[in-house]
Amino acid sequence: MSLKFKIFLRGALDVLPLMIPVVPFGIIFGAIGIELGFGPYVTYATSIIIFSGASQIVILQLLSAGASPLISITSSSVVSTRHLLYGAVVSQHLGHLSMYWKVGLSYLLTDQAFAVSNEYLKKNSENKFKHYHLVGSGLTLWFIWQATTIIGIFLGSIVPDELGLTFTIPLTFLALLVNYLRKTDHLIVIILSGVSSIFFFDAPFKSYIILSSIIALFGALILIKIKKK
Amino acid sequence: MSIWISIIIAGIINYLTRLGSILIFKPSKMNDNTKQILKYVPSAVFPAIIFPAVFLNQDGNLVQLADPKVVAISIAFLIGILSKNLVITILSGLISFWTILFLL
Repeated sequence: MSLKFKIFLRGALDVLPLMIPVVPFGIIFGAIGIELGFGPYVTYATSIIIFSGASQIVILQLLSAGASPLISITSSSVVSTRHLLYGAVVSQHLGHLSMYWKVGLSYLLTDQAFAVSNEYLKKNSENKFKHYHLVGSGLTLWFIWQATTIIGIFLGSIVPDELGLTFTIPLTFLALLVNYLRKTDHLIVIILSGVSSIFFFDAPFKSYIILSSIIALFGALILIKIKKK
Repeated sequence: MSIWISIIIAGIINYLTRLGSILIFKPSKMNDNTKQILKYVPSAVFPAIIFPAVFLNQDGNLVQLADPKVVAISIAFLIGILSKNLVITILSGLISFWTILFLL
């Protein structure tokens, strides 16, 4: 087995636990698209074209509620701006790659792939094939997301609401923070971001995610300065 | 038709948010402060998705502290601190959530 393939497989395996929440999320998304009246083609197309659960839900919800395309696109895009931060983080490990690689890998940079592969990239910074980890995690998520969207489109209506499967979404993101929960500085940043998101929840264009992230990163900057003194 | 155009434009912008900083940032030109701050990105972004989903209801109002989501996420949080394990954290959250919903 070549080293590249081993790292690819490692990425695919590392992301597997996240299927526990991603599978129901995909099914819920497929069901929501149909419920909002978009039909199977449009609903499924968003999973290929946008490939970002939160942004997909936002644009379909707004369009179906009668919001203008401009407002719907803006809100969905503002929700996506967090990827700019993920890109900045992984760019530290992808600097050596060609433009083609960067163009391809970017499409796979989802929340989950970022969280899982960033840990690997940090620990294996000397390995020149380390980016295959992101290919493994990203492609695995891509296939599961496509498959579960389709399942949701056709079978979503039989998944009972009572199961409360939407709870898996915040639960996944909490689990992705598991390595940081014991660190006081990170815990302060986590609370700062969380409280800000509640406070700014009604900010226009769903900007509370990026607003809270920036506030929390400012908090992190202050913590770094205090530590240095 | 405008639905398709909206989705395609949103898809392109969404993709550019992923590609943008990978292209723009040059690791060799990043100063120490920037690198330090970037270590906090997961801790700064993910809670902004977690908190509203747990603590706000569909109308955007705060839920009660005894809400199943709040209790289950708190249990998952504690288990997460103790176990430092992603799978155990997810399972503990789901099991407590469904236990509260269906058994209590």
